[in-house]
Amino acid sequence: MQQKTRLKYFGIGKILPYLKNVKNQILMMVALALVSSVGDIILPLFQRYALDHFVGQNTLDTIVPFILCNVTVILILAVVNYVSCAQATTIEMLVNRDLRQRGFEHLQTLSFSYFNQNSVGYIHARLMSDTSRIGSLVSWTLIDCTWRVSYLIGAIFMMLTMNARLALMVFAIIPFVAVLFSLFQARLEGVNRDVREINSRITGNFNEGITGAKTIKSLAIEEKMKNRFREETNTMRRKSVQASRLRGAFSGTVNLASSAALAIVLWKGGYIALEEMGTFSVFMSYAQGMMEPVRWLVDIVSELITTQVNIERFINLLNVKSDVVDTPEVTQKYGDCFQPKKENWEPIRGDIEFRDVTFQYPDGEETVLENFSLKIPFGTHLAIVGETGAGKSTLVNLVCRFYEPTEGTLLIDGRDARERSQLWLHSAIGYVLQTPHLFSGTVRENLLMGNPDATEEQIMEAIRLVSAEDVIAHLEKGLDTDVGEGGDLLSTGEKQLISFARAILADPRILILDEATASVDTMTEAKIQAAMESVTAGRTSLMIAHRLSTVRNADLILVVKNGRIVEQGTHTELLAKKGYYHELYTRQYEDEATAKILA
Amino acid sequence: MNTNNKDARKQEKLSLLWRFLKGAKRYFAVTIFAAAVTALADMLMPQIIRAAIDNAIGGKEAEFPQIVMDLVNSVGGFSYLGQHLWIMALAVMLVALFQVASQYLFRVYNTKASETLVKSMRDQLFSHIQHLPFSWHTKNRTGDIIQRCTSDIETTKNFLSEQLTSVFRIVILLALSVTFMFSMHWGLALVALIPTPVILGYSLFFHRKIHDGFTACDENEGKLSAMAQENLTGVRVVRAFGLERAETDKFHKQNDYYTSLWVKMGKVLAQFWSTADILSGIQIMLVVTFGAYYCIRGSLTEGEYIAFISYNSMLVWPIRQLGRMISEMSKAGVSIDRVFYIMSSPVEQDDPDATEAPMDGDICFEHVNFAYENSPQMLHDIFFTMKAGTTLGILGGTGSGKSTLMLLLDKLYPLDENCGCITIGGVDIRKIKTAHLRRNIGMVLQEPYLFSRSIAENIGIVSPELDMEAVRSAATAAALDETITSFAQGYDTMVGERGVTLSGGQKQRAAIARMLTQNTPIMIFDDSLSAVDTQTDARIRQAISKRFGKASVILISHRITTLSAADKIIVLDRGRIVEEGTHEELKCGGGIYQKIYETQSGSQEVAV
Repeated sequence: MQQKTRLKYFGIGKILPYLKNVKNQILMMVALALVSSVGDIILPLFQRYALDHFVGQNTLDTIVPFILCNVTVILILAVVNYVSCAQATTIEMLVNRDLRQRGFEHLQTLSFSYFNQNSVGYIHARLMSDTSRIGSLVSWTLIDCTWRVSYLIGAIFMMLTMNARLALMVFAIIPFVAVLFSLFQARLEGVNRDVREINSRITGNFNEGITGAKTIKSLAIEEKMKNRFREETNTMRRKSVQASRLRGAFSGTVNLASSAALAIVLWKGGYIALEEMGTFSVFMSYAQGMMEPVRWLVDIVSELITTQVNIERFINLLNVKSDVVDTPEVTQKYGDCFQPKKENWEPIRGDIEFRDVTFQYPDGEETVLENFSLKIPFGTHLAIVGETGAGKSTLVNLVCRFYEPTEGTLLIDGRDARERSQLWLHSAIGYVLQTPHLFSGTVRENLLMGNPDATEEQIMEAIRLVSAEDVIAHLEKGLDTDVGEGGDLLSTGEKQLISFARAILADPRILILDEATASVDTMTEAKIQAAMESVTAGRTSLMIAHRLSTVRNADLILVVKNGRIVEQGTHTELLAKKGYYHELYTRQYEDEATAKILA
Repeated sequence: MNTNNKDARKQEKLSLLWRFLKGAKRYFAVTIFAAAVTALADMLMPQIIRAAIDNAIGGKEAEFPQIVMDLVNSVGGFSYLGQHLWIMALAVMLVALFQVASQYLFRVYNTKASETLVKSMRDQLFSHIQHLPFSWHTKNRTGDIIQRCTSDIETTKNFLSEQLTSVFRIVILLALSVTFMFSMHWGLALVALIPTPVILGYSLFFHRKIHDGFTACDENEGKLSAMAQENLTGVRVVRAFGLERAETDKFHKQNDYYTSLWVKMGKVLAQFWSTADILSGIQIMLVVTFGAYYCIRGSLTEGEYIAFISYNSMLVWPIRQLGRMISEMSKAGVSIDRVFYIMSSPVEQDDPDATEAPMDGDICFEHVNFAYENSPQMLHDIFFTMKAGTTLGILGGTGSGKSTLMLLLDKLYPLDENCGCITIGGVDIRKIKTAHLRRNIGMVLQEPYLFSRSIAENIGIVSPELDMEAVRSAATAAALDETITSFAQGYDTMVGERGVTLSGGQKQRAAIARMLTQNTPIMIFDDSLSAVDTQTDARIRQAISKRFGKASVILISHRITTLSAADKIIVLDRGRIVEEGTHEELKCGGGIYQKIYETQSGSQEVAV
């Protein structure tokens, strides 16, 4: 099966459906490439005419039309090349753009299991580099291919018409050459792969030598690291030279082949020069010129094989199905994430209920929830606690419909969540993450994300609620300060307060705080703690917490260990139980008390 | 003054490049020699064709250097060659072989030269980075340094190896073909040469002009790429806020803009190519036409005419390339500057009379004062002595300076002359060789760094040869052996991206095991058991004291149970020692220590 898909025109068939928009442009580009190659076949004929007519007959009688014709051909060729070059860039970029756009849109609909299984770097490469390879395939590779094939055919045709016997003798070289080329090609590919791999290892070594500087120094292993690095650079040098030997031999063969063609023309066709010097000289240039396209055709096969991988990767991305999909009926009524039909949306209250929910992560082996039932009526403050990595996010993932229950039902406002669209639910959720994520742009743009229509007053209110006034006041341009890529121009504490304000500004019915204070400094933490009560009022809130001191006031606390809920109750009930919660709490209490004394 | 400085910097940069070139110079010499030979062979081919056409086939009177004439006459003269054209064909093949061989030599030696060069650049850069002080590493951003080490090195390499040698090759080729053209017919040579400055000038002008366009394209590609990256890393926020539409619109806009820039760029490029096509097409036409004219006038033979056209074609292409190359060279300057920045940062240096003093003596901090660059004072008059072979416990809050003490002891930050001194066995550590000092101090950090290699290699990284026995026993002492053997690949399991992700506690234990293989007289645990539970903590410490009873151990911790066994404990507060003594003394000393002791031991009755 795998074999079969590999052989199908290098996967080019699979991208055809994505080329509809540029179909005419591609056809035009191909046509122009044909014209251009014909022009390049014709140009040497002027030389032939000059030799055979002017020199051969010792006259300059037709010099004016000769120059006019020549200039005309040059100008036509220039125009053709201009249009086809511009066209090729346009096609390349349009195809890239459309594929990226499609990929991006598709990614917006994919479920979390995809993002958990694939690294950001991997997905990013599918979206950015694979697409650009495809774009250049249907533009430059195609134009090159057309031009070279048609030049080759043209040269063969001209040679055959000028002197068929001599032409056939020259053609006899081609099969030998082609075989030689493919032999080199195969070996070259292997070496090139090695070179690429060593190159990435060298980068990795640099990375380690820089990020691990403190450790390397304290272990005093600089020499060892250097020696290891030197081994890699040695291999790199050896492999690169090996590759250049192969490449040199490869292009040497090409040159030798075209000289062989020349030698044959001279040996077997020298007599032509006596009568038709022009024909003879043009024949020589065709014979020499045809070897390059032959080499290119051999080359292109390996390029197509690599591009096929790009195509497959990208098509596979588009073919990934989301685990969480709205049914057609739901989409019909509520719209999708790009075209929401807000007029049909019921207002959301904020009751959440798990009914007999069993859940297993798509890539996991264990069932993390089994027949779990829990009612979280509107206004409840629910806390989920446990150690890092214990699986505290599972419930939140289900409430947000980032994952669907394997069995059982999640009910929102008493109705199966699957009866409404994901966007309907998401529009009512405010989410604050452990590592705050801002988008490039200004503070204001970031705040408005959840609520584009918020007034200046509402913005200020939200900022006040999370006590972020100081932060904003300290920024150079206040709300219009640029936050940098991923918010990098701000400190983590500042980012967290802004993302908190962003969540509040959206006035969500359901507020999720996912270890919101875990990665901020104590100052920011104190601010967030203080704001907690006022921002959770009048909402259903789910708080994931690592520090237990923050959850004492919750209406219900779920305690998670090894992915399972082991205890639940209020703070007082749980402490009285003297179970796992008690153990966790005691340990943290000590640590925090110690930290407080030391501070 | 200023210009003097500039000149000095330029001088330094040149000497740096010269240092990089060490070992590669002879390869470059061969490369240039091969380029010259190739160009010469390129020149020979049209002469053979010319001789074949004019003299062997056409039977014209031949005018060649004496040596060629002698050679031809020895095989029977041109008329004989005319009857036996295969000899001419053979000559073509011989020249071709010569040509191919010299091209091959050029190629391989050019690669040898450039790879030797890039290897020496990378090695020196890596080595330099390894020896830069720790403070340099904290000041410079990792991503930026890596970029300097990869893409800037690549650009510099391209400049020195590809661009410079290509320019050399092209210049030689041009010089030779111009010479040959002039030697055949100076009139036609002038016709061929006059348009070339125009072509070169246009090409130069264009590539200079288009530079900004490329920069804009690159920048916007970066923006687009960052946008995608942001969307992917922020997928939770995007979904939870229902931002799919807004994000798609934003991406679409940038995608369109970037595309439009390139489409515009494509038109400009196409315009350049077609204009250059016209210019060179006309140049060729002029040569063809005037050549025909001179042929008719009889001042040029047909063979010379054909040879001339060949030489001309060797002129046109290289000139177009030359314009691009020269304009691209300007990029290299920036990259060389960026690499130079790293290479010119001063490395750690030992005092000239530093020794390898014995490291198993008492450790003394004498009136140590310290501040990080541009920061308020961190340590105030730190004074304490630690007897060899004893255990010292340090308690202190975040920012109290406890880790700074250890960084100073390990010379990761230098202590200024007038800021007190640290001695080991009575020797000022400034007078101890840095590598020797660090080799004898084992330090485990709170957030340890592991290398992306196998666990065994990580633990045994300090020893020159991997000693599995030592690795295993260290892992056992660090209570990690069981965990490791539970992995499918055991000790060969890769750490990091390509393998398992270890938990914080596992990493700490791996780092402890790594330190244990060092077998150092001084061991530092900088809060390095924080992610390990209390029982394991105790187990590890027991195993260590049993095996390394003679070592001096410094324990930094918040846990009283960890600290209590120390022979001496100091409590740090805002850079000052506020308490000092044994556990027994401090636990009722009425200070911070007592308070913490009470909180941690009275833990059974937690306030509700």
